Amino acid sequence: MINDKNSQKIADFIKNWARKHSIWVLAYGTGCGAIEIPPTMTSRYDAERLGVRGAATPRQADVLLITGYLTTKTLKRVIRVYEQMQDPKYVIGFGSCTINGGMYYDSYNTIKVLDKYLPVDVYINGCMPRPEAVLAGFAKLQQLIQEGKATGAQKYKENHEYYRGNLRKIIGNKYEMPLYNW
Amino acid sequence: MESVGYHILGGIVTIIVAFTVGLTYMGLSRKITARIQNRKGPPFYQNFIDALKLASKESAIHHGFMQHSGPAFLMVSAILSVLVIPVLNNGNWFPNLNFHGDLIFLIYIMVFGSLGMALGSGQTGNPNSAIGVTRGLSQMVGFEIPWVMALVAIMVKYQTTSLVDLLEVQQTGGWLMFSSPFAFIAGVLAMLGMFRYSPFDIVSAPTELASGPVSENGGKYLFTMMSSGSIFAFAKLVLYVDLFLGGASNLIELLAKTFAIYMIPMLYGVVSPRYRTEQAIQYFWGWPLFFGFLALVHALVF
Repeated sequence: MINDKNSQKIADFIKNWARKHSIWVLAYGTGCGAIEIPPTMTSRYDAERLGVRGAATPRQADVLLITGYLTTKTLKRVIRVYEQMQDPKYVIGFGSCTINGGMYYDSYNTIKVLDKYLPVDVYINGCMPRPEAVLAGFAKLQQLIQEGKATGAQKYKENHEYYRGNLRKIIGNKYEMPLYNW
Repeated sequence: MESVGYHILGGIVTIIVAFTVGLTYMGLSRKITARIQNRKGPPFYQNFIDALKLASKESAIHHGFMQHSGPAFLMVSAILSVLVIPVLNNGNWFPNLNFHGDLIFLIYIMVFGSLGMALGSGQTGNPNSAIGVTRGLSQMVGFEIPWVMALVAIMVKYQTTSLVDLLEVQQTGGWLMFSSPFAFIAGVLAMLGMFRYSPFDIVSAPTELASGPVSENGGKYLFTMMSSGSIFAFAKLVLYVDLFLGGASNLIELLAKTFAIYMIPMLYGVVSPRYRTEQAIQYFWGWPLFFGFLALVHALVF
């Protein structure tokens, strides 16, 4: 009865409903987009009424928010942070820089397309996206979670070699992820 | 009536009530904080959603045995204290395991959870955890002293170490809040630290310490901590009501009194900035300690 298809459906519905209404965000302030997070969280736009809350560490977070451009130096830190997060986890690409490089399209030390390195669930367009756009992005993520379509983490596991290969093209073959059971 | 099954069932019901009430109070506090900051705020049941989500998350973190048992220590401490504290007067509705000398037992068991959590977060090896633990334990040294002094003053004055005896004293002689006011003031000031709301939230400051001792715990561990935290909050509130506000004869009276007590640390926290550790200890060893001494003198002389 527990493994019955219908009861599984009901369980998934309840879980997805809870995940949808309780989104803990790890705002990785890589770029200038981080400045749009405080107005989104505080009195004017108040993202907490939607259940969106800041998380302190990757262990507690559900959503990794890449706010803006990523330099090659921060890329491996971001990927380590992403791998420390617990399933189910989602990634939001924030700003034009994560989509196609934006104004850093010809920069020598930023990455252009975030989706090659991390499985992005939702992009928020704009340079910078206003808090309204950020809230719209969260609403889109909520919709995807409810429909069970926010499967970025699953994609990352299945295509791990692809993502890691793209990382190696930038960082070089010597790089290995450090062990962190210290 | 006095069978083992009755007691076990009663214990389970007490824990469920404590969990529900504690989580609701925390949700209400989030709502009230939001209204004070001129926000709409999350719904009052937001914490239940958070708890459900945390319970449904995976937790593939391993740092060692103590890391796994740290949240369990917290849970044990919370459940033991809620089972010993009489929820309603005359043992109405909620049977519990209280005995003579339960006040002394409570002084120990209420610290036990934090110590277990300190061991658990020590093993994660996260530097933020270690700093959080040292700060938390030093802060505990701060508020435990006026708290214990208030309790000892009450014990000396009424020549008892039993909560049930104190409840009976209050049913005839009025609330302890009025008959031993200094102990009440010392106890309430110590409670500000015990709840770890602002300004005494340096232990788990998210921006400063990345949430301190819990920084390596996510998912189900965080759920355990959240639920034990809500049970423990309920236990502490009921203990204050039992000690100083004459207990409660029914659930509605209990909810009213506990919520009134709960508003003290919460509202004090909303308007106060965060103290550093030494400032917090200075605070606790100032007026709360003074009122603790006054309470002792009051108990010995009058």
